[in-house]
Amino acid sequence: MSILVDKNTQVIVQGITGREGAFHTEAMLKAGTKVVAGVTPGKGGQSILGVPVYDTVKEATAFHRVDASIIFVPAPAAADAALEAAHAGVPLVVLITEGIPTLDMVKAVAEIKAMGRVRLIGGNCPGLITPGECKLGIMPANVFKRGRVGLISRSGTVTYETAQALSEAGYGISTCVGIGGDPIIGSTFKDLLPLFNEDPETHAVVICGEIGGSDEEDAAAYIKAHMKKPVVGFIGGRSAPKGKKMGHAGAIIMGNIGTPESKLAAFAEADVPVAETIDEIVELVRAKLG
Amino acid sequence: MNLHEYQAKEILAKYGIPVPPGKIAFTADEAKQIASEFGDTVVIKAQVHTGGRGKAGGVKLAQTPEEAREKAAQILGLNIKGFITKKVLVAKAVNIAKEYYAGLILDRVTQRVVLMLSKEGGVDIEEVAAARPEALIKYPIDPFTGLRPFQARELVKQAGMEGNLNKLADVLVKLYQAYVGIDASTAEINPLVITDTGEVVAADAKIVLDDNALYRHPELTPLREFEAEHPLEVEASNYGFSYVKLDGNVGVIGNGAGLVMYTLDLVQRAGGRAANFLDIGGGAKAEVVYNALKVVLKDPDVKGVFINIFGGITRADEVAKGVIRAMEEGILTKPVAMRVAGTAEEEAKALLQGRPVYMYPTSIEAAKAIISMVGGTK
Repeated sequence: MSILVDKNTQVIVQGITGREGAFHTEAMLKAGTKVVAGVTPGKGGQSILGVPVYDTVKEATAFHRVDASIIFVPAPAAADAALEAAHAGVPLVVLITEGIPTLDMVKAVAEIKAMGRVRLIGGNCPGLITPGECKLGIMPANVFKRGRVGLISRSGTVTYETAQALSEAGYGISTCVGIGGDPIIGSTFKDLLPLFNEDPETHAVVICGEIGGSDEEDAAAYIKAHMKKPVVGFIGGRSAPKGKKMGHAGAIIMGNIGTPESKLAAFAEADVPVAETIDEIVELVRAKLG
Repeated sequence: MNLHEYQAKEILAKYGIPVPPGKIAFTADEAKQIASEFGDTVVIKAQVHTGGRGKAGGVKLAQTPEEAREKAAQILGLNIKGFITKKVLVAKAVNIAKEYYAGLILDRVTQRVVLMLSKEGGVDIEEVAAARPEALIKYPIDPFTGLRPFQARELVKQAGMEGNLNKLADVLVKLYQAYVGIDASTAEINPLVITDTGEVVAADAKIVLDDNALYRHPELTPLREFEAEHPLEVEASNYGFSYVKLDGNVGVIGNGAGLVMYTLDLVQRAGGRAANFLDIGGGAKAEVVYNALKVVLKDPDVKGVFINIFGGITRADEVAKGVIRAMEEGILTKPVAMRVAGTAEEEAKALLQGRPVYMYPTSIEAAKAIISMVGGTK
């Protein structure tokens, strides 16, 4: 078991003929992902890496069972691509693209949530991976080993570091989801925690948060009320000054919102230990799982 | 991207929101000239990309053209929180009866644009929100319908604002139209003034644009002022790096915003302070590392550099080559601690043999090492 994706997940790639799309399609195929089709408007009928290309998602879904879509479409067209997948009935949409206009995302997220049956991950995210079964993202698969810790993160490289440390320590990853560093994203920590809560393979969950917004505080409230499994936290950017955007558009402390103090207090309230370093994440997981 | 008050007001005026007549002056004589054109009391306001102008002496009233010249001379050149005042807005003073607050921000919790309203305007709204949260109304706007006039009227009533209801509501509707029209991330009117004759006027305005959407507003791109930004932030953005100047002495280079933030935290934890945030993004080729070093080392505060790179397929020897090039060109004369998780670490070590560049297996060890080389600042 795992969450969201496994060895049976059939995937399409939107933007498959672009540089990023083609590069990561090859990496996903190598990692064992079942990429059944690609979509690039105007390039239907071609084939890339043995994968058939369609003009629209609708056409791809007419010829294939599609469980998930991953999007590498450039920022100006990315929100539209996510909506295209959602309206074609694809239940899981992963938006990798960085730099999407915020108001496009406000509308796309509202529309997709109103549809009710589509889960959007991202934008500006590394995607997700169930090691050994399905890589629906841009992460280096070699640092992920299959195991029993669920990992959710707002960052890319910190996720990889954490996954590698947990894998080397022998715990491994059940599923890892990078939710993205933008202010408006499809799924937050608290949207994904219930899935890990119900996944028998996941014995503990690690949340890699960072400064900005209040997703960590919302997650802490869910954990306190519902979580049946141990959770370990991490907060990046503790030393960042207020009002400065630290690379991620979402990583900014505005007034009293988004401070590390607020997040630490919320985690403490939910009995979630918080690691100061990635090595400490492993130690805290060890303290919970033995 | 931050806009100046006068630029924000020009945009609001374009969308039909009343603003006091005003013109920009670069010299005291120009300020005098503008004041005599208005033939009335004027307010002279520093145009800098920071708050707290009033407290810093950057906003002054002038009754006569001669006084306008004097006051402008005092404000021009004024250093406000590190920003030198190069121009002032000379605007007709308004006779204030009431001062309100109206703002639009992006709210991550509701994932919508939220209208904030308060009848306690003219002061720092964050202080109002902290002290009396009930004095600030927040209304998430449906992105598909926008703000409708009846909703705006209801909110004006709910906020307890006095004055012409239709005019106030109209300002709110137009403020939302402007926000969406220019892809703002923040648009605030503070104070939103009711004058002694009952007019509704935006006496001050702040607009921040969404950088991701600038490509669809070519008319707004020229409003970016490079001299108002940190020169190294401008240079870094030309290389495609994300750079933020900080106040310590350890230059930091890493890949991925999360990892760079973590690296800053490690520097602080080891007893030091980072001089900057620099994210090189994906792909740590020698050229990229070399360019990143060029940017970081232009900062005279930097006493040593911490390079923290993670990548399943990143080659450590590529990173080393970039470092060596910077040394050979004389750009890099300071010690470097580097940690590269990837392949070809042995090749990198061989290349770096005998140079003041030290490789460490973990970020924590590298952080401790660089602090011991540059000395802590705590």
